[in-house]
Amino acid sequence: MTAGATPGHGAPVDEADAHTLTGRVRRWLLRKLPPDKLLPEDQPVFVASWAYVFGMGAVASLLWIIVSGIVLGLNGPQWYHVSSLGSFVNSTHLWSVELFFIFMVVHLWLKFWMAAWRGGRVLTWITGVISFVVSIVAAFTGYLLQTNFDSQWIAFEAKDALNAVGVGAWFNVANVGQLFTWHVTLLPLAVGAMVVLHVLLVRVHGVAPPLEAAESDAQLRRDRPGPAEPPEPAEPRGDGR
Amino acid sequence: MTGWLVASVGLVGDGTYFGWDGFTIQSGNLIVIVVMIILFVLALVLPFPGGKRRK
Amino acid sequence: MTRKSSSISWRNTDDVASRPWTGSVREYDLIKELIIGVVVVGLLVLGVSAIFGSPDEPSVSLKAWATAAPSDFVGTAAKELAGTSDTAGYGPPYNSTPDATQKIGPVDLQSLSGVRLPVDTASDFVITPLSTLPSPPEALARWAAATDQQRSSWAAAYSDALAAAPDNDPAKVAGGDYGPVPALTGALLDMARQGSLDGVLQNGGNFYNMDYTRSLLFLGDGGYFPDLAASQHLSGDQWGVMNETGDTPGQSWLWLFSLLYQIEPFKSAPNADAIVVVAMLVLTALLALLPFIPGLRSLPRMIPLHRLIWKDYYRNR
Ligand code: HEM
Repeated sequence: MTAGATPGHGAPVDEADAHTLTGRVRRWLLRKLPPDKLLPEDQPVFVASWAYVFGMGAVASLLWIIVSGIVLGLNGPQWYHVSSLGSFVNSTHLWSVELFFIFMVVHLWLKFWMAAWRGGRVLTWITGVISFVVSIVAAFTGYLLQTNFDSQWIAFEAKDALNAVGVGAWFNVANVGQLFTWHVTLLPLAVGAMVVLHVLLVRVHGVAPPLEAAESDAQLRRDRPGPAEPPEPAEPRGDGR
Repeated sequence: MTGWLVASVGLVGDGTYFGWDGFTIQSGNLIVIVVMIILFVLALVLPFPGGKRRK
Repeated sequence: MTRKSSSISWRNTDDVASRPWTGSVREYDLIKELIIGVVVVGLLVLGVSAIFGSPDEPSVSLKAWATAAPSDFVGTAAKELAGTSDTAGYGPPYNSTPDATQKIGPVDLQSLSGVRLPVDTASDFVITPLSTLPSPPEALARWAAATDQQRSSWAAAYSDALAAAPDNDPAKVAGGDYGPVPALTGALLDMARQGSLDGVLQNGGNFYNMDYTRSLLFLGDGGYFPDLAASQHLSGDQWGVMNETGDTPGQSWLWLFSLLYQIEPFKSAPNADAIVVVAMLVLTALLALLPFIPGLRSLPRMIPLHRLIWKDYYRNR
């Protein structure tokens, strides 16, 4: 803080001090998600399972989808049919999508069996399902943009389902110009926004504790100096390093 | 189930399909599903590398 | 000591799950996890792409169709003239054929859009393209001068005769009063074989076009294109939407959507598309609302796979 600053200016504003809308938004954001909650250096002890890595796997795949998609998009829809580099980039786009869905579906199964919606985390679950649905639509438009036999046929088949519920007139699977807009702008933005919201919600709530966790657990009792290594079967790895 | 019109054309390569009466699955999709199940089971049973514990 | 385990409910109550964690923690580096994730997934993607690549079956043109299956092409063109093709009887958004829409009870979602992408099969697929030729066939004038009724009786008669002919071959059709129809469909076949129909149908004389609606509908009215798809295991009774050509995995996540089409009561319903879509919307909503559904949400407690996930924690508590 600069010396001589008038109180209240330049000094970190006291939480209760906010008197503008901006200040109140900041206060709300900081209370919901203080920096050490957004980017914590540790996690509760129970976050010790491969069940926690699949969300990150989906995020990583999504990043590769975006990178390969940008390269494909910037070269235009004909490129990958005629260039071997283009064909390879198209392959990376396809396979990162397959991996994305693999990670996401395993993530979904695991979060179900962990009942990870407990304790006010239902919005995390719902934003997860919405990410899943929007990703499916995004992938579908990608399949329609292949501009080859597969996309031709998928368009022919899929039009019926869309027409039957009245959306085919606006979401026309045979109009490649329309599909481009959906697939390279609107839907990726929607997937990205949902994923960001989803991950922020996970950070806001903290990770859901085990289903049978109770106040009386050793890991939760405050009076204990720390988790003493139990005499039970020694773990292959662990603390005490 | 190749249609009569196509028999003479053969411009597209066939995939590998596994099936029991009426139900078929394409090899690529089958592998993806099997991989997901394996990953799910591994995530349940494999021990997770331990980090430093702190209170 | 009795353990009061936390509730399975989504509710924000005062149990362990709802309060911020105050127990012991372990070091966990999220950014490092992300970096490792990006590297591992990147290597996987590059490796799998290098090994398996991706399929790219060339698209089918009207030219390819007319060349490979001329009888099918002529038969389809005759149906487009007669107004008896699938597209001609489709209803919204392409045309207003009466009673063509799929309704769910009294609800007619298909008609909501009205005819937004109008397609008049006789005129759009056959007559207009032919009239763009440098020397349009004389039969066009006869067609133009005839009444609607006369036109459809010619075209229907020719279409039936083609269906009855050996190999559906236009050259082997029995004699009859077909008016200008054989000349029109024959001229269209020539036009398609030369490759000019593709361009005319797609862009109607414009330089630019990215809308393939008309070409695709015409192609799909024939037998050649669906047969090609069936030979690739792509049609609806073969989990078609899920499958990619060759052995590359496709959209396996559409399995439930694809399954519904293959089971009753959806399979034989005349409004299968409408009810499958609605059923999928309902099921998706149920998945989203699963934490609120008693019974379903208790499965994780009744089948305690979570004991495996949190085995370290449970062992040490
Ligand atoms: C676009 C796809 C998705 C991405 C990128 C994603 C990402 C993540 C990440 C990074 C986490 C935190 C780490 C972890 O537990 O894995 C997480 C947690 C979570 N995800 Fe997802 N997720 C996606 C889809 C889903 C789906 C489809 C569901 C379920 C329907 C879901 C439900 C959850 C829940 C309930 C949590 C909270 C876990 C807890 O508190 O223990 N997510 N997600």
